[in-house]
Amino acid sequence: MKELKPAILFVIVFTILCGGIYPAVVTGIASAVFPKQAKGSFITDKNGRMVGSSLIGQPFSDLRYFWPRPSATSDFGYNPVASGGSNSGPTNPDYLKTVADRVKSLHDTGIQGNVPADLVEASASGLDPHISPEAAKVQVPRVAKARGVTEEALNKLVAAHTEDRQLGILGSLRVNVLALNLELDKLAP
Amino acid sequence: MTKHKPEPISIFDARIMRPALLASFKKLDPRVLWRNPVMFCVEIASVITMVTFAMSLTGANKEPVWFTGFLSVWLWLTVIFATFAEALAEGRGKARAASLRKSRTDVTAKRLRKPEFGAAFEAVPATELRKDDYILVEAGEMIAGDGDVVAGAALVNEAAVTGESAPVVRESGGDRSAVTGGTEVIASAIIVRITANPGETFLDRMISLIEGAKRRKTPNEIALEVLLFALTLVFLLVCANISPLSIYSVKAAGHGTPVSLTILVALFVCLAPTTIAALLPAIGIAGMDRLFQKNVIALSGRAIEAAGDVNVLLLDKTGTITLGNREAVAFVPVGGHSEQELAEAALMASLTDETPEGRSIVVLAKQKFGLKQEALPVDAETIAFSAETRLSGVNTGGKQYRKGASDSTLAFVKGLGAKALPSDIEAEVDKIARGGATPLVVSRDADILGVINLKDIVKGGIQERFQQLRSMGIKTIMITGDNPLTAAAIAAEAQVDDFMAQAKPEEKLRLIREYQEQGYMVAMTGDGTNDAPALAQADVAVAMNTGTQPAREAANIIDLDSNPTKLLDIVEIGKQILMTRGNLTTFSISNDVAKYFAIIPAMMLSIYPQLGVLNVMHLASPFSAILSAVIFNALIIPLLIPLALKGTKYRPMPAEKLLIYNLLIYGVGGIIAPFIGIKGIDLVVGMFV
Amino acid sequence: MNPYEWLQTILFFIALLALIKPFGTFMAKVYQGERTFLSPVFVPCENLLYRICGVDTDEEMGWKVYAAGLLLFNVMCGVALFAILLLQGVLPLNPQKFPAFSWHLALNTAISFTTNTNWQNYSGEQAASYFTQMFGFTVHNFVSAATGMVVAIALIRGFVRRKASAIGNFWVDLTRSILYILLPLSLVYAIFLVSQGVIQNFSDYKTVPLVQPTTYDKPRLDDKGNPLKDAKGNPITESVTAQSVTIPMGPVASQEAIKELGTNGGGFFNANSAHPYENPTPLSNMAEIFLILLISGGLTYTFGRMAGNPRQGWALLAVMLAILILALGVLYWAESNGNPLVAKLGVYGINMEGKETRFGLAGSSLFTVATTGTSCGAVNTMHDSLTPLGGMMPLSLILLSEVIFGGVGTGLYTMLAFVVIAVFVAGLMIGRTPEFLGKKIEAREMWMSIITVLTSGILILVFSGVAMMVPSAVASMANPGAHGLSEVIYAFASMSNNNGSAFAGLNGNTIFYNLTGAVAMFIGRFAPIVASLAMAGSLAEKKYVPPSLGTLPTDKVPFVLWLTLVIVIVGALTFFPALSLGPIVEHLTMLGGN
Repeated sequence: MKELKPAILFVIVFTILCGGIYPAVVTGIASAVFPKQAKGSFITDKNGRMVGSSLIGQPFSDLRYFWPRPSATSDFGYNPVASGGSNSGPTNPDYLKTVADRVKSLHDTGIQGNVPADLVEASASGLDPHISPEAAKVQVPRVAKARGVTEEALNKLVAAHTEDRQLGILGSLRVNVLALNLELDKLAP
Repeated sequence: MTKHKPEPISIFDARIMRPALLASFKKLDPRVLWRNPVMFCVEIASVITMVTFAMSLTGANKEPVWFTGFLSVWLWLTVIFATFAEALAEGRGKARAASLRKSRTDVTAKRLRKPEFGAAFEAVPATELRKDDYILVEAGEMIAGDGDVVAGAALVNEAAVTGESAPVVRESGGDRSAVTGGTEVIASAIIVRITANPGETFLDRMISLIEGAKRRKTPNEIALEVLLFALTLVFLLVCANISPLSIYSVKAAGHGTPVSLTILVALFVCLAPTTIAALLPAIGIAGMDRLFQKNVIALSGRAIEAAGDVNVLLLDKTGTITLGNREAVAFVPVGGHSEQELAEAALMASLTDETPEGRSIVVLAKQKFGLKQEALPVDAETIAFSAETRLSGVNTGGKQYRKGASDSTLAFVKGLGAKALPSDIEAEVDKIARGGATPLVVSRDADILGVINLKDIVKGGIQERFQQLRSMGIKTIMITGDNPLTAAAIAAEAQVDDFMAQAKPEEKLRLIREYQEQGYMVAMTGDGTNDAPALAQADVAVAMNTGTQPAREAANIIDLDSNPTKLLDIVEIGKQILMTRGNLTTFSISNDVAKYFAIIPAMMLSIYPQLGVLNVMHLASPFSAILSAVIFNALIIPLLIPLALKGTKYRPMPAEKLLIYNLLIYGVGGIIAPFIGIKGIDLVVGMFV
Repeated sequence: MNPYEWLQTILFFIALLALIKPFGTFMAKVYQGERTFLSPVFVPCENLLYRICGVDTDEEMGWKVYAAGLLLFNVMCGVALFAILLLQGVLPLNPQKFPAFSWHLALNTAISFTTNTNWQNYSGEQAASYFTQMFGFTVHNFVSAATGMVVAIALIRGFVRRKASAIGNFWVDLTRSILYILLPLSLVYAIFLVSQGVIQNFSDYKTVPLVQPTTYDKPRLDDKGNPLKDAKGNPITESVTAQSVTIPMGPVASQEAIKELGTNGGGFFNANSAHPYENPTPLSNMAEIFLILLISGGLTYTFGRMAGNPRQGWALLAVMLAILILALGVLYWAESNGNPLVAKLGVYGINMEGKETRFGLAGSSLFTVATTGTSCGAVNTMHDSLTPLGGMMPLSLILLSEVIFGGVGTGLYTMLAFVVIAVFVAGLMIGRTPEFLGKKIEAREMWMSIITVLTSGILILVFSGVAMMVPSAVASMANPGAHGLSEVIYAFASMSNNNGSAFAGLNGNTIFYNLTGAVAMFIGRFAPIVASLAMAGSLAEKKYVPPSLGTLPTDKVPFVLWLTLVIVIVGALTFFPALSLGPIVEHLTMLGGN
């Protein structure tokens, strides 16, 4: 029981050190060096109004917008306070029905043939801001029709918003849906 | 004179089989069997299947009667095979013990009042003798108990103990004083001080060891049992876990039946490491027995296992590395004397020398120069070798012929007034010594004639033996009383790793301690009383049966043949025992893979027909699959009994190669064998199902 | 795999391997009290801490005192966290006004973080205040990681010391782990993560207008907050339009760094490392995977160095790498084949359910095997939504008792227990009393190794069996059939092995899972720790047996293969029936199309 005293004291010491001093130091340095990132990578419009975070996806279901990936967050898709995936198993009949419904609703908007998986399968966070370039491409005719712009112009826009692999090799090609749609609103309101 | 070794007993000798069968049923008693926890669990499993069998007879259990019935029978057979393996090994020991015990017929001893010849004595049964009693044993009488000869010398027939029918001399004092109870005095009479109480004699200990009565588990055996116990526990839980999981799966799948208790029990028995658990006791007992076949008695199982771990071997030069005797191979004259002159003098000095060395000088002199002298002149006075002078020779015809170690001979001639020694004597002596031979300087009066080259003859094939030991990672150290020069030369010729020259008992002890301090396991052989401390210190101490009582007391292994190279066999058997355990453990566990593939699809098929793809052996039906696995699991035990009793083959090779070799045979083989075996049994069982 | 994925995977492993030696050396120096480049700064801090806490640094402890100190400290930590969770409502730094945890959730969570499990039956952004995250979770990420590390170091000392009765000073080892290794690395990494977009602030949650307001059906609640149901029993809903959303904030980066480094894995947010604020870019993803493997990988070298034979450390690393890469290959292959049932619906591509677009399949797969091979448990992919064989890989890595790198420290000491068992059987097979690093392996070491290795397996078998008999436990499953069984097995595997990841569909926040889980986590953590320390004590007392040709070399290929085999076979034999009723049958079902 001789060790009881250091046991208690060390709990206190490390709580202060690791729970107080350390996060405070990180916050201090981070807000000095990377203030934008530390605060949440928010995007503002030309009026300085916050319109979202470039890292957090938003729900879009209007034909005029590019749609993001399905989101399984509770209450409604892309609800940032309820991050999470569907946790559906691959053989779950309910899940297969959900996917079938999503494929149907895509087909209903005029998309033909097989659809890319990321457009009908929910992301892990439910907040995935990205879709694959293929997923953007299949939506181009629909958006072009709804907005009355040429597919060519949209293809260019998508290409411009396709992020390369980081450092040229890491991760995958991807399109930030919020950024793309914001640009879309500017291009053809 | 014939030499009868313990006869080899065939593994399935009928004389042993019958009692072993009987004993294997007696060992089913749970109070006995619980010492082997794995087999104890199998026994409980067998009882459970008997209950489910009874329930299927009454219809309370829906499984077919033939299935639960056969299953129960085969589970019981599994247990019986295990107890039989142990009984069989014990039976072999008992058979040996019985032959030993014959020699221990009750004898009457003549207990002396005083340890003197001619003192009054009383006749008492041997069983009443106690430590420090003195007994008189005369020609034609049995020695009543273990002891030391305190007076007299006698020829003793020790065949009862050693199997060696050539009688040996036992005399008071020195290194040949120990006698063993049950041996017979053939000529003359001795007085023996009893050194062991009845029941504690050497013979008693041997008998009980061989019978396995007092066999204690060795540390390795205990550690292995821990592992087997843990595996058994895990497999028990695995099987228990399957039940609720299958109940859930039935609900989830909407059809099928949960896995029954009978099948879970069958799976458990198949998975539990029954093969090794069944054979484990037999392996240890059989190891002792194999040693005994080599005429070696280990006083504990620990000693044999330790022998397998030995990494330093202290070997007496004489008798182990070299033939017991040195041989004269050359005469080297000095100081202008001729070789023949030297040979003649050497012959004279050696004619009465009955030692092998002396005789070899005579032989050499006769061969080289055709000398005919057979006997000494009548006036000859023999000067016997003595420890003080370290010289021997004769005085005849007014001349003094001497031969002896160089320093003592030189001192002798100086004493006779020699003024100048031959200039080349020192060089020649040195040369011979450096060559690993013993120089024996010959003088005639004050004249130094030359040197006899007495060579140690290294045993044939000993280098290969040491090479083997090296590849096993065992360092050999030669112990000799020779001077360092001679020792080095012999060490080089025999290719030992190291040597200790001019070794004294306390130095041997120090050497052993040093090695042990560094973490080595040290083995040594010895026979003299002055070896006793070193023997007691060594991890593996082999005493020659011809050795003294203190030496035998200090040792943990007794070599009845008194052949020091036996140590190598002992090491090998020690390793064999461990290897057999390790290999069978690996085999036993590897077997589980195939058993899973047999049983899992069978037990789940009604719930998930998809799992049929796991039935890679295409076994006929679920019942047949389960029965086949259980039958294989049972039959493998008797099939492996010969292996357990004989031990897996040991090949001296580096550890890594040995591991790969054994893994391929027992690991990979252990995975493949049951696939074939279970499929084969299924083909037969399938015909009836 | 496309060339980019090959390249990034290979580069990742090269970078990891390149750092093993320098980092392992650094840790060895730290624990042996040698000078490092950090000494000028931290030696005074270290001494100050000892003075404050009244520790005599010269005092070496026997294993019993060491274990007592460790247990007392951990109990105190657990009590502190339990108190914080129960008092959350009245504690500061709680801008969202989160209430206290329920007692059983608090108990589960306190034990979860104390045991380095970080199993979370709560959703971070909806339940934990900043105070809880910092002074509770972040602190525990440090101390529980350090606890694992010191046990590994004590065990190494057991192998190295000869005829010694002491295995080190717990307080010194603990302090050095945190001060020299965990804190500096976390600090640097936290800043780096912020550069990638991980947030670090104390703001209130932010409300942001939606570009396109979203309409959804909201279940109507009665006065007590229970959902209303119509006559048929279906919930009554009303259509609601959300004009804006609330984005949670917090000191994430500082917790994210130590969460990966200490193989803790408890996410700041519910989505854990899949959340864009925890893991925003492919680079942050690789960096986090790197952190997860760094200490456990480095400790193998630390071990080799302290044992005087670095090859021995590499040999252990080789075993870990072999199994990790094997699992990675199977997982990648299974996921890239996609889900045939979904393909039938007119969908092409890999299985994307539960994955983030930015990481790519290689980044998702590598994270998944790294987080489950170690006892980290952070996820960037929802394991529940992996294909059956794909999901079996993280599950299997956990079931192997967490030795494929394993948790910080725990991976090494569990691996060493496997080594002892492998050496024992191999030693018998070559006819010698088994020895490892010159220490003879006897019954006592066997007991301790077996406890270390098999405790978790036993817990899993017992609790998953029990769960199947408890209707409420079965009702927690999110997916029906074999997959539901996989969820429960995964849950107990994860908790017993102190991993903390989940087939997260399972609703673990019930009294049954909170309590059984707490027991599983506690025993699964401390039984192996005490056994390892006991083994350290008994090994330290032994004398050293020098190696000879007859000694089995444990740093060469044959033993590496044998050890790999032993680990795989022990795992397979223990869990084959359960796996065959879970993922294997689900895989066959998926292929069969029913």
